[in-house]
Amino acid sequence: MDVFVSYTIYGLFFGAAYAIAASGLVLTYTTTRVFNLAHGATSMVAAFVFWQLHVDKGMPTWAAILLVLFVFAPLYGIVLERLVMRRVSDAPVGVMLVMTLGLFLFLIGIAQQIWPSNTSKYRYVTQFFGTKSFPVFGVQMYYHYLITIIAAAACAAGLYVMLNRTRIGTAMRAAVDNRELLQLFGANSNRVSILSWIIGSQMAAVAGILLVAKTGLDYYQLTFLVINAFAAAMLGRLRSLPFTYLGSILLGLAIGYSQYVHGSELLENGLQFALPTLMLFLILIFVPEVRLRVGQVKGVLAANVPSARRALTTGVVFFFLALFVTELLNPTNTLRFGEALVFGITMLSLVLLTGYGGYVSLSQLTFVGVGAAVVCKFNTSSPVAILVAVLITAGVGAAVALPVLRLTGLYLALATMAFGQLMDYLVFNASFMFGFGGKINAKRVSLFGYDFSDTTSYVALELAVFVLLGLGLLTIRRGAVGRLLIALRDSPAACATLGLNQRWFRVAVFSVSAGVAGLAGALMAGLQGYAAPGDYKEFQSLPLLLAAAVAGITTVSGAFAGGLLLMLLPVLAATSTALSGLEFLVLGGGAILLARDPNGLVNLFYRGMRAVVPRMPVPGWVTQRAASAPKPAEVDGEEDEDLDEIPEAQVAGHGVA
Amino acid sequence: MALLEAIGVTVRFGGITAVDDAFLSAEPGSITGLIGPNGAGKTTLFNVITGLQPPTKGRIRFKNHDVTRAPVDRRAKMGMGRTFQRLEAFGSLTVRENVQVARDVHAGARSWFGGRKDKRVGELIEIVGLDRYVNQRADSVPTGVARLLEVARALAIEPELLLLDEPSSGLDEAETESFGTLLQNLAREGCAILMVEHDMDLVMGVCELIHVLEFGKVIATGTPAQIRSNRAVQAAYLGFSDDSTTMQVPDDIAAAATAMLAAPNPTETTLSIPAVDGEG
Ligand SMILES: Nc1ncnc2c1ncn2[C@@H]1O[C@H](COP(=O)(O)OP(=O)(O)OP(=O)(O)O)[C@@H](O)[C@H]1O
Ligand SMILES: [Mg+2]
Repeated sequence: MDVFVSYTIYGLFFGAAYAIAASGLVLTYTTTRVFNLAHGATSMVAAFVFWQLHVDKGMPTWAAILLVLFVFAPLYGIVLERLVMRRVSDAPVGVMLVMTLGLFLFLIGIAQQIWPSNTSKYRYVTQFFGTKSFPVFGVQMYYHYLITIIAAAACAAGLYVMLNRTRIGTAMRAAVDNRELLQLFGANSNRVSILSWIIGSQMAAVAGILLVAKTGLDYYQLTFLVINAFAAAMLGRLRSLPFTYLGSILLGLAIGYSQYVHGSELLENGLQFALPTLMLFLILIFVPEVRLRVGQVKGVLAANVPSARRALTTGVVFFFLALFVTELLNPTNTLRFGEALVFGITMLSLVLLTGYGGYVSLSQLTFVGVGAAVVCKFNTSSPVAILVAVLITAGVGAAVALPVLRLTGLYLALATMAFGQLMDYLVFNASFMFGFGGKINAKRVSLFGYDFSDTTSYVALELAVFVLLGLGLLTIRRGAVGRLLIALRDSPAACATLGLNQRWFRVAVFSVSAGVAGLAGALMAGLQGYAAPGDYKEFQSLPLLLAAAVAGITTVSGAFAGGLLLMLLPVLAATSTALSGLEFLVLGGGAILLARDPNGLVNLFYRGMRAVVPRMPVPGWVTQRAASAPKPAEVDGEEDEDLDEIPEAQVAGHGVA
Repeated sequence: MALLEAIGVTVRFGGITAVDDAFLSAEPGSITGLIGPNGAGKTTLFNVITGLQPPTKGRIRFKNHDVTRAPVDRRAKMGMGRTFQRLEAFGSLTVRENVQVARDVHAGARSWFGGRKDKRVGELIEIVGLDRYVNQRADSVPTGVARLLEVARALAIEPELLLLDEPSSGLDEAETESFGTLLQNLAREGCAILMVEHDMDLVMGVCELIHVLEFGKVIATGTPAQIRSNRAVQAAYLGFSDDSTTMQVPDDIAAAATAMLAAPNPTETTLSIPAVDGEG
């Protein structure tokens, strides 16, 4: 009985903290249509600032809290709204996700830069009132827990009063229903948006300060709070605050009671971390089908597709040029180049999925890991192992996409993130995958009797695979499937009214993309001679996606550049402690700046070359001129609401036209 | 037996009843008009027919099948093609590619890996008269062109029923006229056309049958001549009805409505009446 009560209290504490975080997420999402992947990162930064003021500078607790909540968080919210969120509120989902993911990594980069981890100083924040407690039903309850629960109740009351009893709150609720209407009636939508981001940031900060004593002051734990908050908010379909609270409490209790589970260490530790993800998947499966929406953003600046002949010549020239360069590299750099190529191949899978299709996967590296693990399990040099690895990974990809195939981009992306986390906690750490010690050996493939044991020749093999895949991708892009991908991205509703069954099309695309990632994994295992779960952590998928986006996620050359970028940044960062945040600052900042142009750096580079040497034969990946008019204006007819990601249309206001 | 029948369709959005117990039909080889003031529920009814909006009540029958619960793509495969009032052209594809996509979908997945040229694409573009624009991106062409593109795209799936949502807005007078001829040709070939249109000249000129929708209800069905002389329709366009719901209608709108319903006025090609409902 005592145990039950103390687990309940423990669960309620987490539930209350999640509720605060989740309602901030819901508030900003409903009023501005931006799903902020960096919501947890905000909590993380706020917790660091709190530590700085309270522990490092020795300010009294109350003063530090006031400063964080009423000076830091509002300023942060305003800057965020101005510099990032305002630019994404009308962007396609893919752009929105890449941009807020950029913010996510950027904040981690900032934290790493300001509060580097390799100092002798161990940072921690203790709970409020230390271990002081009072008795409840025969167990002791920390004051800290009580404070958290009270804070959650106060936030709920505050939100209720603000939304229902104030003018600006009414305007915010109107923004949920219909943003055009809001503007029509003269309400200042910018003010609504700024206020949302201020309050959202404050709530993230409160959650961060309350949780940091439990999670520890660390760059990642609190950052991934966004998954918990999202899981809780999904119970209210990202719209309902009461259901968000309910979801949070249920999640908290589940985490509390999971302490009952005893068994392997994997289960005990893994379960706690995996619970939010499991809950998320369960809810996603039961969310009703998203209705097709019309009147959305369409027409994205697209890179030109080179003709078959031009692609072929460029590919051949590239292959020999790269081979020549490889010959000049020392063994360490050859290995690094080999890694960059594996990343590049993984990014080709993202070109198909994200660049052409507009879907975002936040767990592409997990698929790479699956491919690597399968090849290792076979431990043979027969190419059949690679083939099987590709097929299995493609199957896993289909299985991930299936439950969410009724839903749209945002949900698919978050489901992949959840999937990656589950794999991290429950599969990659399990002994049946990589064994205890977490490393299994792989043999390099041999083809036609040639064994590629020399790394340079193996890199040549990778180059060949890259070029062939790139050519294949461009062939797809030029053909019917490529056109369909773009059409589906521009208007899913129109595709449906032409008779396309997009569920299966989407699963097929996702599955092929996962298969290509699996191929990259198989090559990686061969390159390194082993596979270890640490190399395929879910988190690493995020810099991967961003590097692809920054370099140019719509082109084959962008994938190559992205692979190099992703390989080089950590190498550079390792040269000096002063650069500890470099990788994430560059990738995150780059994604925020460039997300609106998915053709990325590579395209800017080509454009620059063209400007300098007008007749220069760049490989054909120059952006088309932007459409002169953004979109044919509507002659008459009422304005649509823009609820592209809302699972249901139970919204009063104006709609489908 | 009609090709398409909407039977007692009702759609509610929260408190708003957008479509209220509406009945409607369309026959092969004939052009049917669906008119009514802004916000009358015409587009919503189209969405119900094509499956984008599940009805609160009522049924849709198409080719003697109850398709009320059939998904959008199945209805398209059965032979429904449509255009959108809020344009849904594939903005980052060219005009030609837009039509090509529709042909690809129509031909099915097996054809995607063949790479044969489909000469119907060029024909369709010619039929709607967009040869000049074939290689332009669909988000860079004028509204009228994009509308015609949507028509070509809908025709690409060889529909038996073609639903057009305000196809002529954005077209000039001459274009509207040739568009009318195009519709008549299509009908002659056996296609059933159901058209929402604010251009009364066009509607009165080409439609055999007209349904009038007001506040979600079908208040009249008849030939152009019958509709023109129908008192309820006149009232609907003037913005008030015989019963208690009296509304203020600005004089200019009332005048415009009368003018529109009167003998065809050659200079007035499009006219839309702002919704006059209690919203404001
Ligand atoms: N998804 C939706 N959610 C809420 N209300 C909606 C939705 N779609 C339509 N409505 C409402 O239903 C009513 C009918 O709209 P609809 O677009 O069908 O009218 P319409 O006859 O096509 O008008 P128009 O001539 O302006 O195109 C309007 O009051 C509109 O605001
Ligand atoms: Mg309409």
